[in-house]
This record gives sequence, C-alpha cells and structure tokens, in this order.
Amino acid sequence: MADIAADGYVPERDESGALTTVDGTPLKISLRKSQRRAKRRAFYLVVPLLAFLFVTFTIPIVGMIVRSVYNPEVANYLPETSAAIADWDGEELPPEKVFAAMVADMEVGLENRTIGRAAGRINREIPGARSLVMGTARHADEMQPPYREAFLAEDEDWSELEFWRLVKRETRLITPAYYLLALDFEYTPRGEIVERPEIYQVYRLLFIRTAWMSIVITGACLLLGYPVAHLLATLPLRTSNLLMILVLLPFWTSLLVRTSAWMVLLQQEGVVNDLLVWAGIINDNGRIRMIYNQLGTIIAMTHILLPFMILPLYSVMKTIPPSYMRAARSLGANQFTAFVKVYMPLTIPGLAAGVLLVFILAIGYYITPALVGGESGIFISNLIASNMQGTSAQLKLASALATILLVLVLFFYWLFNKLVGVDRLKFG
Amino acid sequence: MALPSYAGPFERTWYYSYRVICAAIFIFLIVPIIVIVPLSFNAQPYFTFTKEMLSFDPDGYSLRWYEELLSSREWMRAIGNSFFIAISATIISTTLGTLAALGLSRPNMPAKGFITAVLISPMIVPLIITAAALFSFYARLDLANSYFSIIMAHVVLGTPFVVITVTASLSGFDQQLIRAAQSLGANQVTTFFKVILPLLLPGVVAGALFAFITSLDEVVVVLFLAGPEQVTMTVRMFSGLREEISPTILALATILVAISILLLSSMELLRRRSERQRGMSPG
Repeated sequence: MADIAADGYVPERDESGALTTVDGTPLKISLRKSQRRAKRRAFYLVVPLLAFLFVTFTIPIVGMIVRSVYNPEVANYLPETSAAIADWDGEELPPEKVFAAMVADMEVGLENRTIGRAAGRINREIPGARSLVMGTARHADEMQPPYREAFLAEDEDWSELEFWRLVKRETRLITPAYYLLALDFEYTPRGEIVERPEIYQVYRLLFIRTAWMSIVITGACLLLGYPVAHLLATLPLRTSNLLMILVLLPFWTSLLVRTSAWMVLLQQEGVVNDLLVWAGIINDNGRIRMIYNQLGTIIAMTHILLPFMILPLYSVMKTIPPSYMRAARSLGANQFTAFVKVYMPLTIPGLAAGVLLVFILAIGYYITPALVGGESGIFISNLIASNMQGTSAQLKLASALATILLVLVLFFYWLFNKLVGVDRLKFG
Repeated sequence: MALPSYAGPFERTWYYSYRVICAAIFIFLIVPIIVIVPLSFNAQPYFTFTKEMLSFDPDGYSLRWYEELLSSREWMRAIGNSFFIAISATIISTTLGTLAALGLSRPNMPAKGFITAVLISPMIVPLIITAAALFSFYARLDLANSYFSIIMAHVVLGTPFVVITVTASLSGFDQQLIRAAQSLGANQVTTFFKVILPLLLPGVVAGALFAFITSLDEVVVVLFLAGPEQVTMTVRMFSGLREEISPTILALATILVAISILLLSSMELLRRRSERQRGMSPG
C-alpha cells in the first residue's frame, strides 16, 4: 500500500481518485499554486534592486541613447516653417508660403526667445547662418508680403538653396548626424552621406586603436596569466594560498595607486630607467621613453587587468584532476603533448572567461590611458570625456560615441554570458 | 606539481625555467605596489631612489610628504568626503545586493540568468558611459554636484560586487537547512536570522568590503558629478597626477596600499571562517 504513510495517514482523494489536499483541491493545482507563490517570493527579493537600477541606471542610459539621435531644435522652434517646407522639392527657392511661415515663426520665436536656439542649430552646419536668421528676425514684424522678396531684400543669403535644404533636413526630429560624425562621415549640402575630409577623421581611427590595444592588452594578460594560474592551481594549497596574495593585493589596491606607481617607475628619471643605466644596458643619454605613449598604456593596463585573467583561469584549473596528466603520460604522451591535448582543452572555460572579461574591461578604460597614454595611447573613452567637458563640449556627439562603445561592450557581455555565464563570476 | 623522478634533462630544465618565468610575473605584479612605499619617505622631491636612500642614510628619508598630506585642509576634506560617500554607498548597496542575491539563489527564481546579467551590468558598462549618462540625468533633475547623486551612483557601481559575492557564498548553501529549521518550528524571520544569516555573513561582509573599496577608489563618476564641495581624494589624486606628480600623492598612495592590505587580510579571514563553517577547511 504505497499511499498509506508509516503513521497510518491516508491521503485524501476526489471522485476520480486523484490525490487532493485536506480542503479538497487537487494536489496538482495546489502544488502549482504554491510553486507560483515561491516564484513570486523569490522575485520580490530582487525587485528592490531591479527597481533601483532601473531608475538610477537604465533610465539615464536610455536617456543618453535618445539624446544621441534626438534633434528637436528646428522642428520645435520653427514649427510653421517645418510644416510648410515638408513638400518643397529642394530644386529651386522655396515657395512664398515657406517664407510666410518663417516670418510667423520668427515673430513667435523673438517673443519667446527661442529663435536663437533654432538659429544656433543651423549655424553649427552652416557657419554664419545664425547672424542671417537673427538679423532678419529683428525686422520680421515690419515685413509685408510678398515675403520672399522682402527676405531677399533684407539679405542676399536667403537665396542660398543650401540653407533651405538644411532647414528641411533638420526638421526631422530624429537625426543620424551625430552617428555619422562619430564614424567620420558627414552630410553634403545636398544631403548625401560622404566621408569627412581625411584631416578631420579621428574617431574611426580611435575606435580601431582602442580595439587593437585592448586585444594586445588581453593577449599580454593571457600570456602572463596562464602560467601563473597554472602554477597556483598545481602547487600545494598552503604555498599557493601564500602566492595568491601576490595576485590579490594588486587586485585590491586602488587603480590610481597602481597607475601612479607605473608613472613613477617608468619616467625617464624613474626607477626602471635608472636600473637600466646602472646595469649598463642603456647609457644615461639614451633613457627610454616608456610612458605617455602606447607602451605606457599597455604596461599599466596589463598590470591592472592581469588579476581578472588569473582568477577565472585559476578557478577552472583547480578543478582539473592531476591524474589526467599522469594518465596521458602513462599512455605515452610527452609532457608537451599531454599539456596541449589534455590540459589546455580543459582550461577553455576559464580562458574564455578571462579573455572576455579583460577585453570588456579594457575597451572602456578611461583613467589609466588618460594618465599614462599621452597623445598616442588614449582610448575612445578619453574622447567621450573631452566631448563632455570644457567650452567646446559636444554633448550629442559624446552621446553618440558612448552609444557605439556601449553597443560594442554589450555585445561582448552577451557573448560572455552565453559562453561563460555571469553567475559563475567570482572574485577572491 | 613536484618534478617526477622519471623526468629527463629537458623536462628538468623546463621545470626550473617555468618557475623562473612565474617568479618574474609575480615580481611584475607586486613590485610596482611595493616600490612606492619607500619612495614616499624620500626626503627629496624625486621619484627614484637617491644615493642616500640606497645607502640607508637616515637623512635620505623623511616624513615630510606625510606631514604635508595630513596638514592640508583640502586633502583632509577630500579624504573625509571619500569615506562619507563610501560608507553611505556601502550600507545601501549591501542591503539591496544581499536581498537580490537571496532571491536569485532561491531554486524557483524566474528568468534567473537574464536578471543576473542585468544586475551585474553596471560592472561591465564602461565607467565613462555611466558617468556621461548619470551626469545628464542628474543635471536635468538639478541634483548634479550633490552628495546624493554621487552616493546613488556608487550604490549602482557597488551592488554587482555584493550580488556576485553573496551569490557565490550561497551557491554552496544547503537548502535542507532551511527546511530543517522550519520543520523544527522556526518561522521565516527566525530562520533567516538564526540559520541563513550566520552562514551567509562572510559573504555579505566580503561583498560590503568590495562595495566599499569600489566607492573609495572610484574616480570617473565623481569627476563628472562632483562640485567643488564633493571632491574626493581619488579625484584630487587624479588631477594631481595629471598636472604634476607630487610626492604627497605617493604618501597617500602608501596609505591606500595599507588600507588594501587591511581589506585583503579581512577577506582572507572571512574566507577561512566560511570554509571552517562548512567543514571544507584544509586544516
């Protein structure tokens, strides 16, 4: 009698003979209900943090992405013109109704002091447009129809087709203009997309350099991290715990401390150069420039990110039984073959974790390149920062650059999560 | 990984050169941190060892940079700011992060992988992007240049570490213990405080330490969000390093190294404690 428990309890059953709880609900439904409740309870624990992150992290980031394409100045501050110019074909001077709309917008814009913002937006594309618009706007209320003639009498430049084409283009609320700029493209006056003149091309080069230097740094971390992780994983626990301190101390030490340490070490009058002179490898006049260039960035960032390579590799290598290598040896493989054919494939999860983690962290680095990178060793982050600050700030360009970088990083994060799983991330 | 007795001459050579290579990498890891300690006691404003220092002449050493640091009003204020922000952020992020980690490790958590990925994302998104986004966000709310915005930002940056650390310490957690406690008559709250929390505590404290050091060490977000009132020691250090390195910074760096040694030792003690509690201690 399987359904009679040891204490003689007889489970309840309904007419069809299925098990029920005491109050008569079928067991299946009751179980499902309680599981749903458990699910909800688990979720409630996560809700506070999710809600907090949504407000203080997700919304600001989405706001930044929206800002990078949002272009409201002309559409909002020249609403009549925007409506009137919509069906103009751009081949010859706009019809009278566009000029009439412009007059109406100018009058409203003068009163609300918003005309300057629209003019400013146009001025960024056509230098001089601001004074043209503002100059005419001041006399807008005295103008008589036909307005087209009145405008041309006010200033010859109103006959420029380029200006009107730009106004038409800028009436769109969403613009790819900042992305084009962030990738070194621009609009021609006719509205075609072309590459910018070569001397202005900076961003694409910097994206490529950022990616390339991140790859070099990741490679260097792998090269240095793999043997150390292997040693730590195979030494007796007591020794390896002791040596682990040498990995964890840098990991716990302030980023700025480590960067300043490298600045001190690598200076031309610094410890490394002094040592090289003392050892006779270089002479006193031939001190090597190791900082404020790419080399400085690579050395300092390799040092900073190395623990992020060693820790995941170590935690995977520790789980590989040493008997596998012995088995391979006893089957006739030499040490090298055994290592390549047996050991290395088993370390791939840790390898993927370390490589992706270091690369993701490297590609967005700001502080270290800003301090030791000089001209040639800066990353795209540094350009985002300089477009955020100062008098020549271009917030929308900065947002577009940041969004491109974000998409790149999120792609690799997605890859990381798929290949490794974020829930397997551990420190220390 | 002792050298097997059947090893040939080639393997012997490799065995020793492998150790030499590893030693060199360990030196690379640790020397930069060690070197700044004696240099911060340099009597001269140089960043290399002077002849007097190398010959251990007491005149080569001095505490002048420490004096300069500790007697500077601005530095002390910045250090105070750093600790105030870090402690506030740690308290909030530890609470939120621990709760979330508890939810995530329940066996019936829905969409676990995705939610974990979202909760960890502030650690992955480049700081400059977070800073740029938060700057515009708080500027629009008129809250830029406030302690509030900086603390909130540091909570965002600290929680992933709390979530990771607490989840890791829960991964070996025996769910039967909860059932055992409840079958013995404990309610949810009692179970949490008497059974779950004591076993979890090492993980929570470790997470809190991570959140603390993350905030203490953070520069980029503060650089964007702080007004002159809220300047922290790392921001001062950053601008100091940009203009002209002064040995005062090395004195502060040495103090920070001491703090990290302190934190590292507490982490190690926590790890041992949690291993002992679970009977995994190697002895």
